[in-house]
Amino acid sequence: MTDNVHEHELHAYVDGTLPEARRLEVEAWLAAHPADAARMQDWAAQNQSLHAAFDSVLNEPLPLNLVRATRRAALPVPFKAIAAMLAMLVTGLIGYAVGLNAPGQAPATPAYLARDAAIAHAVFSPEARHPVEVDAAHAEHLVAWLSKRVGTPLQAPDFSAQGFELLGGRLLTGETGPVAQFMYQDRIERRVTLYVRRAVAGNTATSFRHATENGVDVFYWIDGDFGYALSGQIGRQAIRQLADAAYRQLVTASAKP
Amino acid sequence: MRTRPDLIEHLPRLRRYARALTGDVNRADDLVQDTLERALAKLDLWQPGSDLRAWLFTLMHNLFVNQIRIKRPQETVMEEALDEPVSGGQMEALAARDIHAALARLPEEQREVLLLVGLEQFGYAEAALVLGVPTGTVMSRLSRARERMQQMLAGEPAVKLKLVI
Repeated sequence: MTDNVHEHELHAYVDGTLPEARRLEVEAWLAAHPADAARMQDWAAQNQSLHAAFDSVLNEPLPLNLVRATRRAALPVPFKAIAAMLAMLVTGLIGYAVGLNAPGQAPATPAYLARDAAIAHAVFSPEARHPVEVDAAHAEHLVAWLSKRVGTPLQAPDFSAQGFELLGGRLLTGETGPVAQFMYQDRIERRVTLYVRRAVAGNTATSFRHATENGVDVFYWIDGDFGYALSGQIGRQAIRQLADAAYRQLVTASAKP
Repeated sequence: MRTRPDLIEHLPRLRRYARALTGDVNRADDLVQDTLERALAKLDLWQPGSDLRAWLFTLMHNLFVNQIRIKRPQETVMEEALDEPVSGGQMEALAARDIHAALARLPEEQREVLLLVGLEQFGYAEAALVLGVPTGTVMSRLSRARERMQQMLAGEPAVKLKLVI
């Protein structure tokens, strides 16, 4: 059907896997072949419909039996770790509250904030084309929307001095309420995420802490009623610098009358 | 001692794929659970450093294919999804129902390719690996899947396809 553009290249164009140089050639070719261009638009619309129909599954709280099923073979882990895992289930991203109370552990303590933030980072940052629900082009709307859902005036810190641009954000479900996730990307497409959720009452610790969860570096802190966690795999020092910047900007902002 | 990889971060995407593949919440989560159980049992066979996500999707594919083989006569997947109620005239709900119904009517092997590529963003070679077929087969299935989806979404009877070409 085509003279010099192969059918499989049209699919690769839609799926974003064509090399840049070839992509431009195919684009030029399409301009002269409107019927094929229309077909391709249909295919792209199908991809979008699939995401529209099924991306919400990513935000659902994970069923307890499935979370357990990921751990069954890890039984030699000491009891305390299992208790901690169960406590995690009643908080944050993994939040089906089914009346489990881990003995001696308050759920939603800062350590869980780091753990949940790291999981949310690991889940969403690899998404090539739908990493965010609302992109940075609609930053104002994004911040207003997330602020409303999370229940506090939020702001997305500016990391341009550190070489990271806002990519967008999404809303997640958590046991302590809705969670906002902002995602940033640098020029070589490394991504970091800022995770913000309501902290449990009585949590007033504001110290800066670091954790490594499955290779993801997390710096986190509690400021008033809210917990913040910055996650990424760009090296501990680099994350620390971004977290410092975020902390300065957010604290300065909240100190304003 | 080798460290065991954490499967939990793959859970949301395994669930998304299974949901789209089966069109049913419970069947999907059963499929995910079977996949995790098999993954834990066979974890020693997984090569550290290779793509864990692709490996998990491969396990899920094998389980799904086995299920279909057993259930083939009833064609349950298709009927369940088609019977989904239409909720009050909202365009989004209608569009979602359309895509669910169209997916359900797609032959499984085409549905898998379309979802791995279009939803889960696997590369063609990766999808070929997951499905255990050559990349050329992935491309031809993808092509047929997209044409057929388009006919269904545009409201043309899918049966006609058999006459064309």
